[in-house]
Amino acid sequence: MNMATTDSSMVRFGRFLRDNPVIPLLAFLVLMIAVLEVIRPGIVTPFRAGRDGLISTFWVGNLIKFAIPLAMLAACQVLTMLTAGIDLSAGIVATVAAFVCATLSSIWGPVPAVLIAMSMGLVVGVVNGIGVGVVRVHPLIMTLGTGLIATGCMQVYQRLVINAGSEIPAVLSWLGTGRTLSMPNGLFLFVPFALFVFWLMRFTGFGRLLFALGSNENAAKLSGVRAWQVYVALYALSGLIAALAGLLYLGMIRQTSLSLASPLLLPSVAAAVIGGTSIFGGRGSFAGAIVGALIIRVLDTMLTLMQMPEGARTMLFGLIILTVTAIYVRITGSR
Amino acid sequence: MNANQILDASGIAKSFGAVKALVDASLSVSEGEIVALMGANGAGKSTFVKIITGALTPDNGKVLIRGKQARVGSPAEARRSGLVPVYQEPSLIPDLDVADNLRLTDTPIAPFERWVKELGIEGLSLSDMVGDLPLATLRILDLARALASEPDVLLLDEMTAALPSDLVERVLKVTRQQADKGMGVIYVSHRFNEISELCDRATVLRDGQTVGDLVIEPGVEDRAVELMLGQRLDLAAREVNKTRGTIGDTPRVRVKGVAIAPKVTDISFDMFPGEVLGVVALEGQGQDELFECLAGFMPPTAGSIEVNGTTTAFRHPADAIAAGVKFVPGDRADALLAQRSVRENIALPFSARMSSWGWLKMRHERERVEHAIDRLQIDTRAQGEVQRLSGGNQQKVTIGRWLATGVETLLLFDPTRGIDVRTKRQIYPLVRELAEQGSSVLFYTSELEEIPLACDRAVVIFNGRVVDIIDAENADEQTLLRAAYGLTAQEGAA
Repeated sequence: MNMATTDSSMVRFGRFLRDNPVIPLLAFLVLMIAVLEVIRPGIVTPFRAGRDGLISTFWVGNLIKFAIPLAMLAACQVLTMLTAGIDLSAGIVATVAAFVCATLSSIWGPVPAVLIAMSMGLVVGVVNGIGVGVVRVHPLIMTLGTGLIATGCMQVYQRLVINAGSEIPAVLSWLGTGRTLSMPNGLFLFVPFALFVFWLMRFTGFGRLLFALGSNENAAKLSGVRAWQVYVALYALSGLIAALAGLLYLGMIRQTSLSLASPLLLPSVAAAVIGGTSIFGGRGSFAGAIVGALIIRVLDTMLTLMQMPEGARTMLFGLIILTVTAIYVRITGSR
Repeated sequence: MNANQILDASGIAKSFGAVKALVDASLSVSEGEIVALMGANGAGKSTFVKIITGALTPDNGKVLIRGKQARVGSPAEARRSGLVPVYQEPSLIPDLDVADNLRLTDTPIAPFERWVKELGIEGLSLSDMVGDLPLATLRILDLARALASEPDVLLLDEMTAALPSDLVERVLKVTRQQADKGMGVIYVSHRFNEISELCDRATVLRDGQTVGDLVIEPGVEDRAVELMLGQRLDLAAREVNKTRGTIGDTPRVRVKGVAIAPKVTDISFDMFPGEVLGVVALEGQGQDELFECLAGFMPPTAGSIEVNGTTTAFRHPADAIAAGVKFVPGDRADALLAQRSVRENIALPFSARMSSWGWLKMRHERERVEHAIDRLQIDTRAQGEVQRLSGGNQQKVTIGRWLATGVETLLLFDPTRGIDVRTKRQIYPLVRELAEQGSSVLFYTSELEEIPLACDRAVVIFNGRVVDIIDAENADEQTLLRAAYGLTAQEGAA
C-alpha cells in the first residue's frame, strides 16, 4: 500500500516544492528584482545606467540591511506558528526594548541598558508562554493582550524618563549602519542568529517538540511531553528574539519612538507565511521566512518607486501578499 | 406481513470503501411491539440504526413504512414519517437552554414537561443550560423529547447505558406503557436482563446480516449468544505460537477499587510481569476510561493504582511513562504526527523530557528507531510522512514508539482495530514476545477471538465493574461473549 508510487507527477512536484519551499521563493525573488530593474533601469545593474559595476552592491546591501530586522521578527512568527501559535506582541516588544535601551543608556551606560531591554522581552515572553501553555488562552488573544499592556507601560515609562534624553549605544549604531565590504554589519549578528534558529529547529529535541505540538498536541502528550513547558520556553525565546530585533532596529534608525518597530509586525507574519510556514502548525522553515522578508522588502521598494499614494501602496501590498500565498498554497497543496 | 406492521426494513446493504458494514440486514416492528436489536461488536448495529433513522442511505435494500416504500433520506424525513430515535450520545446542543433545544425540533412543550416528570426527573427548568446538566438527565430529556413528538416507532440505542437503576426502571416502565398503547419500539442493547424483561422479540445481527429472529422466552440467552457468534472457524489464526515466559509473583500493577465518574464504578485486578491480561468488554462498559486513567490522562475518582508496590497519582501521561506505563490508544490518529516521518514519530518520547531538549543524539536515536522498525517489520517505503503508510503500518509505528524506549507495562487499546489480517498476526506474537521478556501487557480488543490467542487471563468488565476474571487460554468465544454480557452468574441456572 505504498501510495507514493502511484502519485501523479504533479503531486510529486508539489510535494518536492513543499519539502523545499525556498526554491520557488528564490525564483520569485529574482523575478521581482528583474521587474524592479525594468521599472527603474540601473537600480540593480548600474552599468546599464552608464555607471560602474555589474550589480550594485550598495543596493543589495541596503536590501539585506532592511530585511534583517524583519527576518528576525519573522523568526518569532515561524517558531510560534510551528505550534499553531503566533506572536503579535513581537513588534511592540521590539519597540519597548529599543525605547528602554535608548533612554537607559544615557543614565546607566550601554551594557545594563541592553541587558534590561532584553529582559523586557523575556518578561513579556514568559507571560505569553504562561497564558498560552498553562491558562490555555489562544495565542492570538494572549499576545495581542500582552502587546497592548506593554504599549501602555511604555507610555507611562515615557513620562517618567521624559527629561533623561536618549542615547544609542555605539555597538548598536555600528551594527545598524556600518558596512563591511559593502555588506551591512547587521549580518555579524544575523548570520549566527539564523544558524542558531536553523540548529534549534532541525537538530534539537526542543525543535522536534515544536513540530510535534503543531502536528498533534495529543500525540505529544501521549508521548509524555508536558506542553506547557514547551510553550513557556518558546514564547520566552520569541520575546528575546523580538527584543534583539528591536535593538538592532534602534541602531539602524537611530531614533526612538513609541511605535518604532510596530509597523514591522504584520510584514513579519506575512514573511513567515510567504516563506511556507503553515499557520495551522507543524510545518515551517526559517530559510523560507528569510526569503519572504527579502521579497517583502523588494516589493516595498517597488511600490515606493512607482510613486503611488500611501493608500494605494498599502492596498497593493496586501493584495500581492494574498496572491503570492494563494499561488504558493496551490502549488504545494499545503495550507 | 401483518396489517399492524409499522416498519419493515429488508435486504439492507452498506459498504464504506472496501469494508462491508452491512450485507443483508432486516428488521420489522409492528404496533405495540418491542423488538431488541442485538449483535456483537462490529456486527453492524450502529450502521443499521443509522440507516433506519435516515442518517445514512443504504446501498441496497428497502425500508417500508406502513407497507409503503419510504424514502428516508434524512433524519428529519424519518421524524416526519413517525420514526424517532434516541441515540447513545445525547443529541441536545450544550450551549443552548432546554427550551431552545425543544424549539429546534418543534417539540411541544407541555407534553415534554409531562414526560420529564413521568420519567422521574424533578426540578428541571426550561431555562437550564443543557451543558450544565448531568449525562443521565440529558438522556432522559432526549427520551422525553422523543416521546413528546408522539412517534409511531421509537428507536432506543443503549438507552439505559448511563442511567442509575431507579431511572432505568422508570424508562422500562414508560416504554412498556407506550408500547401497550400501540407504539412500536426498537431497543438496541447489550443487557440481557432488560431485553428479557421488556422485549417481545430479538433480531440478531452478525457480520452485517440478520441471522435470527427470536421470541423472547426463558433460556433465549444461549440461543442469542450462539447466533451472535456463528460458526467462525478461523483455525489458521489459532496457530499463533503461544510461548510462555514465567509469570512473576509480585504484581507490577495493582488496580484497587477504581471508580471513574460516571461510567466506571468498581474495577480491581492485578497485572503480573510476564503476563498478557486481556480485557473483555462490550463497547462503552468503561474500558476507555480505565485505559485513559491508567495512562495518566485522568485521575480515578475513587480507589488506587499501585505500580511496583507504590501508590501512584498520575496527573499527566508523563507521570505514567516515568512509572513505566506506556499507552497505545485505540485511535491511531490520536497518537501520530501525520505529517512527520516514521523516525520522528518513533523517536518522539526521546525528546519529551526537558533534560533532552538540547542536541538530538542522532546515532543513538537511529539505532533505537531502526531496531524498532526491524522488529515490527514496518514497511518504510513511504517513511517521509506517516499519513502515507497503511493503517497496519501506522499502528506498528505507535507500538514501535514504546519498543524503542523499552516497555515495562504496556496498555494496548484495541490495537488490531481496522487493520489487515497479516499485520494482526504480526501483532499477537509481538505481544507474547514482550510478555516473555518480562513486560506486563493489558490488552483490550473488540474482537473476542483474539483473547485466547494473545492473553493469559482476562478481566471481564460489564457496566463499569469487573464481573469476572477468567483463564483466557481455554476460554472459547461463547464463554467470553456470555461473560461480556454479564451472564456468568446465571450460567449455573441456565
